[in-house]
Amino acid sequence: MSPGHRVPRLPGWRSTVGWALFACVGPLSAATFKATLLVPADDPRLERSRLDRAALGHPGGPAVDALKVALAEGESELDAAGAKLALELVEVADPAAAKGAATKAEKAGSAALVTDLPAAWTLAVADAVKLPVLNIGAADDSLRQADCRRNVLHLGPSERMRADALAQTLVARRWSRVLLLTGPSPADLARGAVAQAAIQRYRLKLVASKPFKLSADPRERDLANPLLLTQAAATGDYDVVWVVDSDGEFAAGLPYRTALPRPVVGDGGLVPLAWSPKFERYGAPQVTRRLVKAAGRPMGAHDWAAWMAGKALVAASVAAPKGPAATWQKALAEAELDGSKGVAMGFRAWDGQLRQPLLLSDGQSVVATAPAEGILHPKNALDTLGADAPEKLCRNR
Amino acid sequence: MNRWRPAFALTTALALATPLAWAQGLAYVSSEKDHALTLIDLKTLEVVGTLATCKRPRHMQLSPDGKQLVVACGDSHQADVIDLATRKSVRRIGLGEDPEAFDISPDGKTLYVSNEEDGALSIVDFASGKLTGSVKVGKEPEGVKVSTDGKTVYVTSEVANLVHAVDVASAKVTHNIKVGKRPRRFALTPDGGQLWVTNELDASVSVISTRDHSVSATIRFELKGARSTDITPVGITMSRDGKRAFVALGRANHVAFVDVASRKTTELVLVGKRAWGVALNGAETQLYVVNGLSDDLTIVDVASAKAVKTVKVGRVPYGVVVVE
Repeated sequence: MSPGHRVPRLPGWRSTVGWALFACVGPLSAATFKATLLVPADDPRLERSRLDRAALGHPGGPAVDALKVALAEGESELDAAGAKLALELVEVADPAAAKGAATKAEKAGSAALVTDLPAAWTLAVADAVKLPVLNIGAADDSLRQADCRRNVLHLGPSERMRADALAQTLVARRWSRVLLLTGPSPADLARGAVAQAAIQRYRLKLVASKPFKLSADPRERDLANPLLLTQAAATGDYDVVWVVDSDGEFAAGLPYRTALPRPVVGDGGLVPLAWSPKFERYGAPQVTRRLVKAAGRPMGAHDWAAWMAGKALVAASVAAPKGPAATWQKALAEAELDGSKGVAMGFRAWDGQLRQPLLLSDGQSVVATAPAEGILHPKNALDTLGADAPEKLCRNR
Repeated sequence: MNRWRPAFALTTALALATPLAWAQGLAYVSSEKDHALTLIDLKTLEVVGTLATCKRPRHMQLSPDGKQLVVACGDSHQADVIDLATRKSVRRIGLGEDPEAFDISPDGKTLYVSNEEDGALSIVDFASGKLTGSVKVGKEPEGVKVSTDGKTVYVTSEVANLVHAVDVASAKVTHNIKVGKRPRRFALTPDGGQLWVTNELDASVSVISTRDHSVSATIRFELKGARSTDITPVGITMSRDGKRAFVALGRANHVAFVDVASRKTTELVLVGKRAWGVALNGAETQLYVVNGLSDDLTIVDVASAKAVKTVKVGRVPYGVVVVE
């Protein structure tokens, strides 16, 4: 463990955060539900250089901060229902440790686990326990499709939801010719395929798809130089450059460096997000400011997912304050949550994904929201984002 | 502070320079992004001026004597008290951090204010402008209503999905009443027996019996062609005889007329985008509806249940008060 990388260094390997609820009304002998948050030890996402870069959609700090905000703001509702929530934070170093910690938490009586972990670790946790697992860290579509699990609920949007939101925005703008640039990492390749599928689903035109590489080597300039990558002579004219860059450094430097004066979208320029601190509607600034007060940073997309996990735990405890576990778990899966995005949001029965509007932002303002106006769905327009029920992509639920 | 005065004086002067047609009455519309009120002549239904006020004006109410307009400003953390005869600000009262809405005690002596940021209900002495108390409530409190006997204050918490009943004498929460998702604003029947609260994310109004603090009914709104998720009720008002309620349905862009006795929607009137604050004129022949997402105000003829005219107002309009 190298010190200094993580923002709040909690005493010891394991710490329990108890929640004193203000007891103005309601019974004192309230039922206590315990939730265990599993986070990676020495989280590479929280290295200082990454936090400084502050790429849109990347974590801005530890998940526990926004989760605590949600539990604190749920106090009066929990109190009125006669329930309490306690949170325990456990750092894990690898999938095996995650599995061990999950089993231990289940034995110790946790009601639910919250995971801010990579996909493989999340899966190891989900398979080790019968408890509900609230996933806030892994946007991978595999967890909603081939590797979906009955006990997993996803708070943040999947990659496909984000790609769909962006594709809808391009359709609404009639920016239909897309030049796609994809990075070299396995995550980039997977997400590039998701982007291509969204481009196809919304009948956008893929004028060219090129790999890029972050490099200063003159021998690789065809792969690394934005001007060369975006020459229209080679690709034909395009309306936007859609960049898939999970790392974020290349995408951050792409706007205004293209050969043609065209907007950049995807992981740079206009980015589809679960949340933006620039969102002004539906009480959003109050939510953002609550995290500023608690943790000294505005709420980002990853914080929002963590906050929603807390809101879901509160909702289940308010709906089933006396338990038993099965009733509480049912209440959790059926919760209708207010995430300050203007609509009540519930989990999709077919893959456990929280349906939600997404925000399109360049970091300066919220430019658009998705579902875009005019995109229709027979039941719920929110289900135009991500995998829909008839596709039956999750067979385990 | 001083450098703002000239602008303020100028706007006021401009507003005062307009003709005497105002005698017939005005609608005052607050707009969150303008730090100003828009004035609409009730006879011509035209904008006749603007009045600079404190920062981010939201909820407004007349003082019990009807001579002053009290405007709560979220970013100034103050109320602006405007003398209606001169249309000049006469004083500012501190309302605590990020005040959103308020109500005035029946004797006119006390303001009860929801502080959105702090999750508190502030108690302010109107005459001295002093904060005399604060009651902790759920996060993002909004609607505030004082009971007819002045003994209880009701406040919604948008986050906790509760209506808190606060006992004035002890300044304590005595009841937490579970209502629908994201409760926003109140209307009280004239006999004080029923408290109606709009639930923004539940497409409904909860009817609370003030006798035992229980929810006696939930009125659901439906609109042909709209999904329930698009029906987001916020603004609400009632006729003086308590027979009819008017509920702005938010993103459904309609106002519902509701028969209070049967709790049935009788009319649905198309207005502007995100219909929000509502107010009736004195004769209750016209309903003024503020449209938060189209920056305008729609005037609805109550008898025919039809929109008569839509007038452009300020940016992100919030509420409307009619002065006749």
